[in-house]
Amino acid sequence: MSAFLELDHVTKTFGSEGMFGSGSVTVAVDDVSLSIDEDESSITTVAGESGSGKTTLARLLLGSHVPNAGKMLYRGKDFTRLTRRERRNFRREIQPIFQDPFESYNPFYKVDHVLDEPIKNFRLASSGSEKQQMIEDALEMVGLVPEETLGRFPHQLSGGQRQRVMVARALLLKPRVILADEPVSMVDASLRATILDSIRRLNRDLGISVIYITHDLTTAYQISDNIMVMYRGTVVEAGTVDAVIPDPQHPYTKLLIESIPQPDPKNRWGSEPPQQNWDTSDLQIAGCRFADRCPAVMDRCHDTKPAQYLVNDHQLTACLLHEENGEMTDTDITTTFQTEKETIKAIPANS
Amino acid sequence: MVQPTIEETRLSTKQTIQTYREGARITDVDALVVEDLSVYYETDTGTVKACDDVTFTLKQGERFALVGESGSGKTTLAMALMRLTRPPGHIAKGSVMLNGRDITKLTEDEMRKTRLSELALVPQGAMNSLNPVMRIERQITDGIIDHLEEDDPTPTKVDLQETVRDLLTRVGLRPSVGRLFPHELSGGMKQRVAMAIGISLRPKLIIADEPTSALDVVVQRQIMQTLGRLQEGLDASIMLVGHDMGLVAQFADTIGVMYAGKLVEIGPVEEVFSDPKHPYTKLLIGSLPSLQEKREFLGIPGLPPQLIFLPEGCAFEDRCPSRFEKCQAAIPDLINLGGRREVACHLYEEEAKS
Repeated sequence: MSAFLELDHVTKTFGSEGMFGSGSVTVAVDDVSLSIDEDESSITTVAGESGSGKTTLARLLLGSHVPNAGKMLYRGKDFTRLTRRERRNFRREIQPIFQDPFESYNPFYKVDHVLDEPIKNFRLASSGSEKQQMIEDALEMVGLVPEETLGRFPHQLSGGQRQRVMVARALLLKPRVILADEPVSMVDASLRATILDSIRRLNRDLGISVIYITHDLTTAYQISDNIMVMYRGTVVEAGTVDAVIPDPQHPYTKLLIESIPQPDPKNRWGSEPPQQNWDTSDLQIAGCRFADRCPAVMDRCHDTKPAQYLVNDHQLTACLLHEENGEMTDTDITTTFQTEKETIKAIPANS
Repeated sequence: MVQPTIEETRLSTKQTIQTYREGARITDVDALVVEDLSVYYETDTGTVKACDDVTFTLKQGERFALVGESGSGKTTLAMALMRLTRPPGHIAKGSVMLNGRDITKLTEDEMRKTRLSELALVPQGAMNSLNPVMRIERQITDGIIDHLEEDDPTPTKVDLQETVRDLLTRVGLRPSVGRLFPHELSGGMKQRVAMAIGISLRPKLIIADEPTSALDVVVQRQIMQTLGRLQEGLDASIMLVGHDMGLVAQFADTIGVMYAGKLVEIGPVEEVFSDPKHPYTKLLIGSLPSLQEKREFLGIPGLPPQLIFLPEGCAFEDRCPSRFEKCQAAIPDLINLGGRREVACHLYEEEAKS
């Protein structure tokens, strides 16, 4: 087992303390270690609210942010020391899918443009007909009909179709990893299923690892194998979805799960949870960052920073309630993840 | 017109309506009666019937949710209720009775006074609805000042500041937020400011168009719960427009399902969720992902029809698993199934007659 991509105690901060300590610092990603395996593919969800650092983590993995501390390794090599060629290869092997299927397109070009461009750029096809074949295959892979899609302008496609064209674009490059940042949050509920389904198929049929960034734990539970929950830059809980979702241990994960609007009118939300206090700078918080909102807060939480504690083989949490379990020696959170693939049920092809 | 503070007023003992929501006070007074409301867009290719013959009633204190996928006409309907339909769209027919007045007949000036004071809109994507170069307090007081009558005394600066403080506290923000500019606030905070503006003149009807669509789950829950608390405090009614069935189940008393410009099912939320009648509602509820079990994704096969080329019969016919001959021939009317349940589907015509 070798790692395709590895984060080793990576921290990313924004802002500075200022000359007289007047500035404010946001610790967007705080000491996170994880690895994405080369051979075993999986779907991993990164969950958390706005400002939890999930998008910053994604940008680190894409190489568009440089960590302030810690190292990122690509196939075992320090990311900052890659040769041009290696870096180019890296850019092909990890592909993003963004949130807004409107903004990813230039409205003046037909949708073919976003599919042509990567092929040209990475010189993937030797002839026009080969290129055409590649595009058609990729579109079919995500459940689109090439004749009904190609030659159209972005505004002529539905949000769901546009987003699936983006999945097809990522697919053309035969990536190892697809990083999908809230791919369905701007799409109608009825179309979400088809997009998530095509993402799941990429993983199952082509062995591509998927990092699925979302705040929607329902879809996360449905499609992913593993999950990491972030709060203000720290990973507060991680493990397999089958361990974490039915039995969350960190109070923040519990809050997230409780807040999901369940489609059951007989089972409504409890009382209104407290709001996040954005006034305190991250550096001023000595203890747990969730302490001010935590229903289970103890005195120690305000001044002791929790480490990562193992709950069971497939679940870890950064909460002092689990301190007696002992600090994890290996801080790589992916050690709790499931690497062996369970058999996934066949999914009917949706239009 | 300016109230220095908003006191929590409660209605006197009027007959209340049975509901499942705890603490709900729905009285048997019609807050909004929409009848045969049709909004059409005239285009070069033909008439787009974005909202066609929509009829429903909202009781005072009721939370009514209007759901449907994009393009089903729910936002068109909400905008028509505010009389904010823009050309080439126009209200083709129908009436909207609000507190006993037909607002489709009001002059532009009367309508201007009605907005905010009688019915308020909390818009979709409030993050983009605030003026980026104006302090929050100015944006809140703007509407209040604009609604002053000629003989009202001009409010003092202190009065206005007090009003802003009160409104901000009510929506769960610190009073100091009034001095800030929109870019200094998070998405959830901006949505709260939009709510503060919405309730500033104590409207009796609040129309909330996807108020939480770009927010994450915890903030979404906080915003919806705040909105519910405000609505109860004002004894107002709410019309929530959206496509998130989970949110509707958590928040609403009554649900109206729209498909291709028509209301196809109306009923109490609990009853519609446990026993949906219209095939579209059934598929919609069946397609919701759950946290209890992992299963295959069920979408609704096919796409909704283009509103410019609607079929002669039922618009859902080509996607419907229960279709029969009649569906292609005639558009089903909304029929009452007893209680407050209504459905527009040929399957239930016999049942309704007997």
